[in-house]
This record gives sequence, structure tokens and C-alpha cells, in this order.
Amino acid sequence: MNLYLKYLSIQFRSQLQYRASFWLLTLGQFFIPFSVFAGLYLLFDRFGQLQSWSFFEVALIFGVIHMAFSVSECFARGFDAFSSLIVRGDFDRLLVRPRSMALQVLGSQFEFTRFGRMLQSAVVLAWAIANLPIDWSFAKAVTLLLMIACGVLIFTGIYMLFATMCFWTVQGLEVANVFTDGGREMAQYPLNIYGRWVKMFFTFVIPFGCVNYLPMLYILGRTSGPSIGYMAMPLAGALFMLPCLLIWRIGVRHYRSVGS
Amino acid sequence: MRVFVSIWRLRFLLGMQYRTAALAGVATQLFFGLIFIMIYVAFYAQGSANAADISLEQIVSYVWLQQIFLSFIMLWYRDNEIFQLITSGNIAYELCRPFGIYSFWYAKLLGQRLSAAVLRCLPILFVVYFLPGPYRLQAPPSPAALTCFLLSLLLGLLLVVSVSMLIYISVFWTMSPTGSTLVISVAGEFFAGMIIPVPLMPEWLQKTANFLPFRWSADFPFRVYSGQIPVREAIGQIPAQLLWIAALLAFGGWSLRRALRKLVVQGG
Repeated sequence: MNLYLKYLSIQFRSQLQYRASFWLLTLGQFFIPFSVFAGLYLLFDRFGQLQSWSFFEVALIFGVIHMAFSVSECFARGFDAFSSLIVRGDFDRLLVRPRSMALQVLGSQFEFTRFGRMLQSAVVLAWAIANLPIDWSFAKAVTLLLMIACGVLIFTGIYMLFATMCFWTVQGLEVANVFTDGGREMAQYPLNIYGRWVKMFFTFVIPFGCVNYLPMLYILGRTSGPSIGYMAMPLAGALFMLPCLLIWRIGVRHYRSVGS
Repeated sequence: MRVFVSIWRLRFLLGMQYRTAALAGVATQLFFGLIFIMIYVAFYAQGSANAADISLEQIVSYVWLQQIFLSFIMLWYRDNEIFQLITSGNIAYELCRPFGIYSFWYAKLLGQRLSAAVLRCLPILFVVYFLPGPYRLQAPPSPAALTCFLLSLLLGLLLVVSVSMLIYISVFWTMSPTGSTLVISVAGEFFAGMIIPVPLMPEWLQKTANFLPFRWSADFPFRVYSGQIPVREAIGQIPAQLLWIAALLAFGGWSLRRALRKLVVQGG
């Protein structure tokens, strides 16, 4: 943990060296999801509602998934950009150090400009919560936090999975975008508007539905039956991380350097 | 001219090397297209009359064309080589070459986008014409619309490259590409109708979009394709595209000359 914090502070200072660009980037990161959110707002502006979902309900869903995404992009960037470590052969250097591989890769890169994105998601979240007639309870607040935390784990798991692929393919794969960016785009609307195969895939294979749509039903008071099942859903989603870690282990053992 | 053709050809061949990457890209774009269409289908299923400006079929072709010609229309398709040239000082070599740097880069960027499109266009086109139900891409209403679409798409491509040239040139001042690219491309893509189609925007935003160059690269050709803008009207608007291209080319050339005059490359 100490080491991780050290990595954090080094990266933070080095990124602040290009000050103007850093702030511009942060600002840009604020505006990317902002324009997507504006699109969502404008669609509701024109159509009124989306099949029984009101604008603020969807905004809450949007806020949760974007928060999870931006946090994972900021702190798990090392895995996201892993192919560059392999291509340059820098991974060998990590291997000879007596620390955990996963930790070192995690520490190899952070994207602090994603703060802009986090800020934007936080604003959306706050705005949506302020405008929704939810009677908050402790359990609901915990569920909301769990949703974000487990969402981060899922995104990180996907990064790890595709980082592991790099052991065999060397180059990063663009398909990863389907699961990260695509998952994000998909999960910012309620899952029930999609076709059957999309629902199935994103509930049982990559469990975005578990950290977003299902517990959200509970928070918005749309459920029938015992609520504990809905509350625990995010934890079930977080199980996704386990096979990812396992595959990562296998990948590290199979690693052969590119020799450059 | 021969120089540019050969630069173009080199870029093209380079792009062709990454076939697997292209295949992965095709899968990605199909997925995104499907997701977007599902969202619009859900919105339109409510049968609200507010959306009368553009029909669901027209939206579907709008979305698919966006995915198919993504490499033509996206602004952030950037060439890190050029950025590195500028920040590392290797631009000095570029300046020694016996032809204009503006047109050299322009040809390079154009070739890159074309090769990316050729690899992705046909497979996606093939798939989306055979999709079931609401997801299928409809053929354009008339041959005239198709011709008009192709013409305006090509002009749009020239326009996008001219805009992205400005982004490269801005690096001469900022020295770090990421920030300025991001801000311009986010705004540009929004007003090109990449987030939501321009006809679905409220009145005042549509007016803003009409004032800016961006929508002429994507929104305009796609609406011509689906017949949302009739052929007769489209022919009347193509000169606006030409005007924008001319203006952007002139401005780009001028600012590049200014940047080069101030340029200092330290030895090494």
C-alpha cells in the first residue's frame, strides 16, 4: 500500500510538469462525458421520457457508471496501457523486482486528468439525487456506494483481461473497447430497453447489470420481493474480478519477452 | 502531384498491414451501432410526435453511416508521428524536403483516413444491409441521392482533414498535443451530430451547428443519403461545403507559415 501511494505521488508530480496541457486535458475530460450527457438530456428534452424512465432516473444511472469508469481509468490505467510495456520490453524490468506484478503494473501509469471526468460524474450524480423523490435510508446509501465500487472492479477486471491478452498478441486489441467504452455507453441507459442478447450478455458474462441496473431498481423503489438480493447484487458483480486475476497469473507465467 | 500520390500510397499500404486490428474495429463498430440503434428504437417506440423531423429509418441509416465512415469523420484520428516531429525538433528534416509541408501532411492524413475506411467500410456495409428488422440499413431513395451523398461525403472528408490540420498546427504553440486536440474534437464532434443527430437537437443548437463547419463533414452527407435532405436542396448546399474548405485551407496555410517563421529548432 505504501508503495502504491509512492507511485501515486511520483506520477502526479510528473504529470503536473506540463501544466497548461494538464489543465486543458482535465477540462477536456470534463467535457467529453459532458457532451454525452448533453446528448442524453436533449433526447429526453425531445421525447419526454424513455419507456417509463424519467430523465433524472436515467441521469442517476449515467452518473454511477461514469463515476466507476473514470475512477478505474484514473487508477487502473497501468493495465489499460499495458501493451506499451510489453512492446518496449519494459515488462522485464518489473519482473526482476521483488514486488507483486499486479501492483507494479498498476503503479506504472495513472491518469490524473480523469479528475475532470470524476467531477463531471459527481455533478450529474448530485443533480440527479437532488431531483429524485427517493426516501433515503442507510441501506440505500450503502448500495449506491457499493454500485460504484464494484463497477470500478469490473472495469479494472476488463483492463486486466485484455492486458493479459497482450502476453500473446503483443499489440493491444481494439475489441477491448466493446467491453469498456461499449459497456459504459450501454450501461448509461436502463438495461431493460435493450434486446435480449445484450441483457443476457451484460448480466451474466460481464456483469454491468449487476452493479447498475438491478440495484438501481431497489434504490428507485421499483422492486417487489426481498430487497437484500438487490442490495447484494453489486458484490455478485465484483466476483467478475476473480477469474480476471486468475488469468492474469497464468499470463504472467507464460510471458516471453519480445527481446528489445 | 506524383510525390503526393506516392506518399498516399505508402500510408495506404502501412494501414493495410494491420488487418486483424481492422477486423476487431469492425466488430467494435457493429456493436456500437447496434447499441445506439436500440436506444433510438426505445425512444421512438413511445410514438411521440415530437420526433417528426426525422424518422426512425433515417436515424438508423444515420447511425450506420457514422460507424461505417468513422475514420472519415472523427476529428481525433491523430497521427502521433506529426506530433512527435514537432515536439522533438525533427521537424527540421521535414523542412528540408523539397515540397510544401502543408500539402505533404495533408496528403498523409488523407491517405491514412482513406486506408482505414477501405478496410472497414465494406465488411460493415455487407453486414448491415442484411440485418433483420429495424436494424437494417436502407438503400438511398434515388440514384441522384446516392451520387449527392458520395460527393458531399468526399468534400466532408477534405473538410475534416483541413480542420485536423489546424489541430496539428496548434501544437507549434502548445507543444503538447493532447489538451488542444481534446477540446476541439469534443466540441467538433458534438456539432457534427456524432453524439445525437443534428435534427434531434433543439432549434437554437441546430442554428449554432449550422454556423460551424463541423456538421458539413458528417451530418450533411448522412442526411442526404437517407433523403432527409432532398436532392434539390442538397445541391444548393454543396457550395457551402466548398466555401468552408477553401476558408480552412487558406487559414491553415497562413497559420502554418506564421508558425514556421517563429520556429526555432535547437541543435542536437
